[in-house]
Amino acid sequence: MIIANNVSKKFGKLKALDNVSVTCNKGECIALIGPNGSGKTTLIKTILGMVVCDNGFITVNEKNILHDWHYRSNIGYMPQIGRYPENMTIGQILDMMKDIRSKNDHILDEDLVQQFKLNELLDKRMRTLSGGTRQKVSAALAFLFNPDVLILDEPTAGLDPVSAEMLKEKIIKEKTKGKLILVTSHILSELDELVTQVIYMQDGQLHFHKDIATLRTETGQQKLSKAIATVMLKMSS
Amino acid sequence: MKKIIKYVMIDILRNKIMLAYTVFLLLISLSIFNLEDNSAKGLLSLLNIILIVVPLVSILFSSIYVYNSAEFLELLASQPLKRRTLWLSIFSGVSGSLVLAFFVGAGIPILLYEPTPTGFIMLGSGIMLSVIFVSVAMLATVKIRDKAKGIGVAILLWLYFSLLFDGLVMFLLFQFADYPLDKAMVAVSLLNPIDLSRILILLKMDISAMMGYTGAIFKNYFGTNSGLLLSGMVLLMWVVMPLWLSVRKFNRKDL
Repeated sequence: MIIANNVSKKFGKLKALDNVSVTCNKGECIALIGPNGSGKTTLIKTILGMVVCDNGFITVNEKNILHDWHYRSNIGYMPQIGRYPENMTIGQILDMMKDIRSKNDHILDEDLVQQFKLNELLDKRMRTLSGGTRQKVSAALAFLFNPDVLILDEPTAGLDPVSAEMLKEKIIKEKTKGKLILVTSHILSELDELVTQVIYMQDGQLHFHKDIATLRTETGQQKLSKAIATVMLKMSS
Repeated sequence: MKKIIKYVMIDILRNKIMLAYTVFLLLISLSIFNLEDNSAKGLLSLLNIILIVVPLVSILFSSIYVYNSAEFLELLASQPLKRRTLWLSIFSGVSGSLVLAFFVGAGIPILLYEPTPTGFIMLGSGIMLSVIFVSVAMLATVKIRDKAKGIGVAILLWLYFSLLFDGLVMFLLFQFADYPLDKAMVAVSLLNPIDLSRILILLKMDISAMMGYTGAIFKNYFGTNSGLLLSGMVLLMWVVMPLWLSVRKFNRKDL
């Protein structure tokens, strides 16, 4: 579904992405793991077209994203730090997004809006919101249009445990519907029950892309966090 | 595209600065027309104020607005929208509201007190100047990431077009006083939309005699209908070129 081919991106001297090639298919739930500054967010942003890569190309549904912008209607994106127009209210943001993205046959998925009780906060301006509430708005927006692909950048960072659990359940629910889900997170324990595949990145390079079962047998560890730790140790030695 | 323009316009029209700008223009133009018994003279006084204020407000307001809507751009860039649509909508929204403010503030008094061809040219060039400086501001903001630096460049650009350019032209004129520069001056004046508008309006006012021999040359070029058409085209180029360059840059910009 999403194919990245030898994608490279430089920010000044820093190589944010170095010849990254990935193939992601429907029904997979992929964890993007790597240390800070390893290029995870840049990879996500290039897939969304927010960052334009220097080399290589990305196709979504066999269409090069450079010449096609419709593909984004199939993607729900939850940014790491949600930045919204400061003097708009939550209600206005939701209405605006519905206005821009809605098609006649679209069924809106307002599960998260209800679960996070955003309906009670519709008149609040974005600048008055706490970081956690912002994350809730981002999450609700990502799921709102029933997209085939969900890209979640640090989805549970800043959320309280109850809301984080709600979000995780929602992710699992969408996974069972056969959607492609890309998650980055540093809290590996919470990825355990979600992901089917792992991509490990370091210094802008993609080190491996493996099935989680393969990873478990190779490292002999059941838990994802332990397995990754074993791999990281092996790499540094 | 219409939807985004709608959101941009709603956002700007709620802005108090826009209201203040309209009221300011309205007060100035009404008081000038009421103070002068000859409304043609009033037009001349208004001309100088418009040529200073309109470009300044346009370039400053739009560059600050674009920097402040960085979040808006980022949010919408991840949505199924073309980058070009997004950028052009911001442009249309900002220039639409500035043109509206100018029209209400200065256009209506002009139409009331001086509905002559000169008045119409003044109205037209005021509108064109608003749009031109939005377009220039869009180019400056897309090239410069840092907000403080970008706004500084916007102010410098305004300074260049309204003061420095004239100084440079004067300098060249004195340096090359021995050569026949009259025709070259016509070409040079095309390089500055503010000067071009000033010349257009002054020529329509029939006070070109005050400009001496160069004034006669100007009259030959700009006084005719084809000259008017040409300068209109040049003003249009001043809108299109910076905007086109900024769209190209924005299409490949990392948000």
